[in-house]
Amino acid sequence: MIHIHVKDREGKVHDIEAPTDMDFNVMEICKASDLPVKGTCGGMALCSTCQVYVLSDHKLSEMSEDEEDMLDQAFFVKENSRLGCQLKLREELDGLEVELAPEPVL
Amino acid sequence: MIETDILIIGAGPTGLFAVFEAGLLKLRCHLIDSLPQPGGQLTEIYPKKPIYDIPGYPEVLAGDLVDNLMKQIEAFKPGFTLGERAESCERQDDGAFIVTTSEGTKHKAPIVAIAGGLGSFEPRKPPLENILDYEGKGIDYMVKDPEKYRNKRVVIAGGGDSALDWTIYLADVASEIHMVHRRKKFRGALDSVEKVEKLANQGKIQLITEAEVKGLDGRGRLTSVSIEKKGEDTLVDVETDYFIPLFGLSPKLGPLGDWGLEVEKGAIKVDTLDYQTNVPGIFAIGDINTYEGKLKLILCGFHEATLMCQSAYKIIHPDKKLSFKYTTVAGKPGM
Repeated sequence: MIHIHVKDREGKVHDIEAPTDMDFNVMEICKASDLPVKGTCGGMALCSTCQVYVLSDHKLSEMSEDEEDMLDQAFFVKENSRLGCQLKLREELDGLEVELAPEPVL
Repeated sequence: MIETDILIIGAGPTGLFAVFEAGLLKLRCHLIDSLPQPGGQLTEIYPKKPIYDIPGYPEVLAGDLVDNLMKQIEAFKPGFTLGERAESCERQDDGAFIVTTSEGTKHKAPIVAIAGGLGSFEPRKPPLENILDYEGKGIDYMVKDPEKYRNKRVVIAGGGDSALDWTIYLADVASEIHMVHRRKKFRGALDSVEKVEKLANQGKIQLITEAEVKGLDGRGRLTSVSIEKKGEDTLVDVETDYFIPLFGLSPKLGPLGDWGLEVEKGAIKVDTLDYQTNVPGIFAIGDINTYEGKLKLILCGFHEATLMCQSAYKIIHPDKKLSFKYTTVAGKPGM
């Protein structure tokens, strides 16, 4: 079990306990914790509705070309943007801090 | 007016398989889809991705599954209205529904089955405060007729193939082109990237990378955009006649949300008895519906389509008895 800290769009930080042996990613654990993350494409890096800003300095997996392409078409993208669905929960990510990116309203 | 027994909104795997199940009951189907080809997400987003949970197929590419579904329903000769979005649905006095598309095509059927998946695919709109005010007044999300831009000033934003391709094409048509892209790197085809860089070096287009359009201005009609360059404090205003943001497509529930159906978290609520919505005669099947225990799987969409057709038959033929036959008994399916 690890803990990750997710700041929602109202600024409230949620401490989420997450298993590392179930192949969960950040998008899935947010959805499972009833946070307002859509994850429309189901985790294929195809919709960008799970965009997060990584606030802590954990060493993350390299971005795949798919993820980079999708973030390229997304909005509100920053230097520390990642797709939650591409961040697998591993022991090394204990204490990870992320913030949910704004949701496009249009 | 196109008339049919079951009007299916959405030509993804669930909608296509509904044609098969309806066909076994001698019900005719017509499908409407906003995309120009059948297959929905499978064809549009991930045609080359393998799927592993279709019974009987240890592994099948999404595109191949769609091809097979099309083959499976061929004998039932479904009709298609493609590239048009279902806009409105009105009930007639005779109980039938009239569904009108974005292009004004009218369809009439006693049963409507919404197999809309994630919704209809629509262009991603940049989150600019007043962008809606300029839609059709200088802002276009797709290029329909390139001639429209002849001798006009155009700003194109985006870094994918469509942004690159239209920049190249319009370089000879428009009087001035600014291409704005957030990064230095482009994700489009290498050949197109090289062409765009060449055009920029020749001074035929203005290429602005590591930049974003942040503001729109005009009086009733767009006259300029402001561009923010990374690391610079001041915005640069560029006068233009058109701004074309090309950021791909994303699915939206869209007008279906106004059909008087009960919606929960972007999905249509149904009764698991037959996947009928709160409006009798309108069903919702596949990823677009929701009920307790719902799983968004193609497999579940197929099941829902099958049960939906049984109920549809009873509504269309209230006096006829329906006897269930296995396809192994009934033989090769056909109308």
